[in-house]
Amino acid sequence: MKIALCVKQVPDTNDIKWTENNTLQREGVESILNPFDAYAAEFALDIKDKLKNTEITVFTMGPNQAQDMLRKLLALGCDNAVLISDRKFAGADTYATGKTIAQAIKTLLPDFDLIICGQFAVDGDTAQTGPCIASFLDIAQVTYVKELVNIDNKSIEVTRELDDGTERVKVTYPVLLCKLQDDFEPSRPLINGIKEALKKEIRICDLNCLGLEPENVGLKGSPTYVSKAFRNISNHNAQKYELSTEESVKLLDEKIKSVEVKNA
Amino acid sequence: MPNGENSGILIYAQLTRENYIHTVFFELLDKSKELASKLGGVEINAVIFTTPNLINEFRESFQNMGLDKVYCFENDLFKNYSTEYYSKLIVNLVNYIKPEIFLIGATTQGRDLAPRISSALHTGLTADCTGLDINEKGLLAATRPTFGGELMATILCKTYPQMATVRPGVFRVNSVYDKKDTEFIFPQYSFEGLEDRVKILDFRNSVDSIINELDSAEIIVAGGMGLKNEQGFALLKDFAKSIGATVGATRAAVEAGLAPSSIQIGQTGKTVRPKLYIACGISGAIQHIVGMENSEHIIAINNDKNAPIFEIADTGIVGDFFEIIPKYLETKGE
Ligand SMILES: Cc1cc2nc3c(=O)[nH]c(=O)nc-3n(C[C@H](O)[C@H](O)[C@H](O)COP(=O)(O)OP(=O)(O)OC[C@H]3O[C@@H](n4cnc5c(N)ncnc54)[C@H](O)[C@@H]3O)c2cc1C
Repeated sequence: MKIALCVKQVPDTNDIKWTENNTLQREGVESILNPFDAYAAEFALDIKDKLKNTEITVFTMGPNQAQDMLRKLLALGCDNAVLISDRKFAGADTYATGKTIAQAIKTLLPDFDLIICGQFAVDGDTAQTGPCIASFLDIAQVTYVKELVNIDNKSIEVTRELDDGTERVKVTYPVLLCKLQDDFEPSRPLINGIKEALKKEIRICDLNCLGLEPENVGLKGSPTYVSKAFRNISNHNAQKYELSTEESVKLLDEKIKSVEVKNA
Repeated sequence: MPNGENSGILIYAQLTRENYIHTVFFELLDKSKELASKLGGVEINAVIFTTPNLINEFRESFQNMGLDKVYCFENDLFKNYSTEYYSKLIVNLVNYIKPEIFLIGATTQGRDLAPRISSALHTGLTADCTGLDINEKGLLAATRPTFGGELMATILCKTYPQMATVRPGVFRVNSVYDKKDTEFIFPQYSFEGLEDRVKILDFRNSVDSIINELDSAEIIVAGGMGLKNEQGFALLKDFAKSIGATVGATRAAVEAGLAPSSIQIGQTGKTVRPKLYIACGISGAIQHIVGMENSEHIIAINNDKNAPIFEIADTGIVGDFFEIIPKYLETKGE
């Protein structure tokens, strides 16, 4: 069983800082493994526990510093790691990212059975990269995956948590899964140990290795572009009152009544 | 028109499992009317998948909505949504009719479908937009929150169709439409080369009713961890009842088992925009705020005067929920 695990390093969104001009401050913001991807990793490792001869190859696209994250995943029990990295990949939207990662999988792990991604990344939150990869590889996809029900060497059965309920589906390989968060914290011991993980080679894959043209990757290869980015500033009044309980009740009553009157 | 070939707006008409047109379709339609008129009155068309003969049930409603054309794919296989069939058939349709804008509701189904279509069409897709407009060059300007809602980005697309998904509840429905002589088109298609390997084994409904009262509520009172326990939520319900409001909750309250997940408001819950939103014992995490900040008037009751909810509340009441609300009910009861 060959699994491609796709993960992303993201800025810690609980640690966002703003410059005076209301632009995002990028320096000094901590990078973390996208929380959804931690569950995707857990899911892949659960499969490895259940099915012998499972080999997990982690793919990430990003700058060189993403190697630390890859090492940690190796220490958790993943087998190989690929860093898809090239200056020319910068500025990619989900289309270009999906295309690049799909090409890397096609090049380095053409006989994969399963691709596992996190459902969302907390920075962009588009939920698009997984389906884009599946589309470029023209394979089946199952999104919003919650639980593993059954797995064998031909097919996998999972539950999906959707808007309107829970669906149970079965699909034969090859397939791409997008994993939701679990209701518990991922808590695996570093079975391979940090030392072992440090010894492993991380394969670096650049534009040449993928055989893509510069105009098909990164900002150039992206159909969408950001024309404007701005801080989300509320248009509410932000009036604060510190009053006695009686006065608070009166204020509350007035405000509720003013809405009721407008509707009458 | 920016490009001679590409014209008109296409909207994906999602059906619920009970065969109702999903509310997000009406919201997208309303917005499309505005966009179409800014583009000089282009056509607004829809695409829908149904089981055979079901389309007749929708004929009149589509006509009353003033749609120009409805592309209908009918088959017994379309009883359930299929990523493979729907995406490939829509790709063929779009290549044939060449819309300049293609909008899809950001339901779990829409978010599964849209990126499959956009990648296959080699075009761009902006997910989860909160604002759509036409810029001075006649392009779709799609605005969306990123970084957990702290940053807004306006995104343009270099290719056609310009695609976007929008979450249910983000746009309002208020138009009255002119009835039209809508054309119903049944495109020829075949399943050649298509194979859906995903088999649906079963489905368990999680929503008590397909109509979530939060969608149409004029007043919402929402509770967070400040309400502490079941008693707190019971008090919240009494309060809601006394003013004819619908109850909502934060994710923390849902996770603590104090409220069902169907009433969770925020990034991973519902987006609401009532006339009045009363946040009780809610700290105001950005993930909660993105789901309710478009409410017309926001009142917050919180005993911590530094709680972030006060930054976005029109009326911030610093005080204890367990003192203010019982007193309020007492006064009302008299
Ligand atoms: C990826 C992701 C998605 C998320 N999605 C959502 C989402 O969709 N919706 C959502 O709500 N959250 C979401 N969250 C969680 C969010 O970050 C917060 O943890 C959550 O909103 C906090 O809920 P709360 O305000 O009820 O609780 P707390 O943050 O614990 O706040 C409780 C508040 O009650 C006040 N209080 C205490 N006692 C009283 C009293 N007696 N009277 C009045 N006030 C009192 C306190 O001062 C405090 O401000 C998400 C988080 C992540 C990481």
